[in-house]
Amino acid sequence: MRGLSTKSDFSLFLGCLIPNRLPEIEKSTRLVCERLGINLHDMKGASCCPAPGVMKSFDKALWLKIAGRNLDIAANMGMDIITLCNGCYGTLKDASMELKDDPELQEVVRASLSTIDRDLGKIVDVYHFVEYLYFDYGLDDLSDHITKKLDYKVAAHYGCHLLKPIKYRRTKDFDAPTFFDELIELTGSTSVDYVEKNTCCGAGGGLRSGLKDVALDIARKKVASIKDANMIVTPCPFCHMQLAQVSNIPVVYYSQLLALSMGFSEEEVGMAVGK
Amino acid sequence: MNKDVRSCMKCGSCTASCPSGRVVAFRTRKLVEDRAIGEIDYDDLSLWYCTTCFNCMERCPRGIDITDEILKIREEAYRKGKVLEPHRAVLRYIYRSGHAVPINPEVREKRMALGLSELPPTTHTFEEALLEVRRIMEDEGIEYKE
Repeated sequence: MRGLSTKSDFSLFLGCLIPNRLPEIEKSTRLVCERLGINLHDMKGASCCPAPGVMKSFDKALWLKIAGRNLDIAANMGMDIITLCNGCYGTLKDASMELKDDPELQEVVRASLSTIDRDLGKIVDVYHFVEYLYFDYGLDDLSDHITKKLDYKVAAHYGCHLLKPIKYRRTKDFDAPTFFDELIELTGSTSVDYVEKNTCCGAGGGLRSGLKDVALDIARKKVASIKDANMIVTPCPFCHMQLAQVSNIPVVYYSQLLALSMGFSEEEVGMAVGK
Repeated sequence: MNKDVRSCMKCGSCTASCPSGRVVAFRTRKLVEDRAIGEIDYDDLSLWYCTTCFNCMERCPRGIDITDEILKIREEAYRKGKVLEPHRAVLRYIYRSGHAVPINPEVREKRMALGLSELPPTTHTFEEALLEVRRIMEDEGIEYKE
């Protein structure tokens, strides 16, 4: 069920890695959304979501308060949030659901936000971009915009927080989901199966920042099982960065793939700029 | 369903589902067991091997919220000052810039080459927004002066 948003207007939550490391993801998403009639509005003054792996591990209350501030920015805009990152989605979606479910927790967060003249407003809903495309925008409407059939062989990587915890996710099938494969195949590409398809990339939970060798071992195991693909496609900049570090084939964000199938050039979607 | 860690029947589904457990000696079941008997070793590095993938939690036949429990254990470790330096650095970045990963000169260039604003419309652009984030952190006792 839709929340506050009018039809296609959303608060765009950028996070950290996309604007500050992989801006080609921001660029390609802005391009495709303009074409699709999805109006993305900047959340002025938004911060880190904050990073679930570190902040939630250290101090859950602080994690909720900073997330609450970001939710309040969107509430003041009167629009639900679209995120482009599984980590930001994990934080903002889970924080939004936990706060809606728990009035006492809400009071704690409201009390903290009152010191900076903020509230929480009406707690907004949070969507991951690819979730919104599949479940709300719809494959039929999306296919109307696809003008160039691609024929890539794609290794799809969902990432963990797009799918779990399932109590806060719309699809309950975390073992063999298909919606991201369907979005990929809509572009004319083939989503090829591989043994470690549903394995974690290894970056989350603070593992990449804290114990990188272990994190990369997990990624290597995953990537080594990809046999017959020309690219990995992800819905997450953190998984993206992690897999790109150990992969011999390009790692592409979903918006870039979609943009190519809408006729945008590789240069326009930043594929010449960053790996 | 009983979500208490003490309801663990030691089936090992959690350990078998763990992506870290395949590459290092991290045994989720052992951690759940240590929790149940109240004997957590906060110096054990393996507390930080969890990627929070949630596989163990979703697969636990007893319905124990294992990932949430691991995060609680980590919070306790943090309060005891048992923290990895790179993780503390992330907190410092957030305090100083509002971002866990702040922008750098190379990406400023890359943004402009793509036709985006040099800085994103975040705490990087709005100084007063950064002060708000700092205030929330300071109220929790976190402060990193330049």
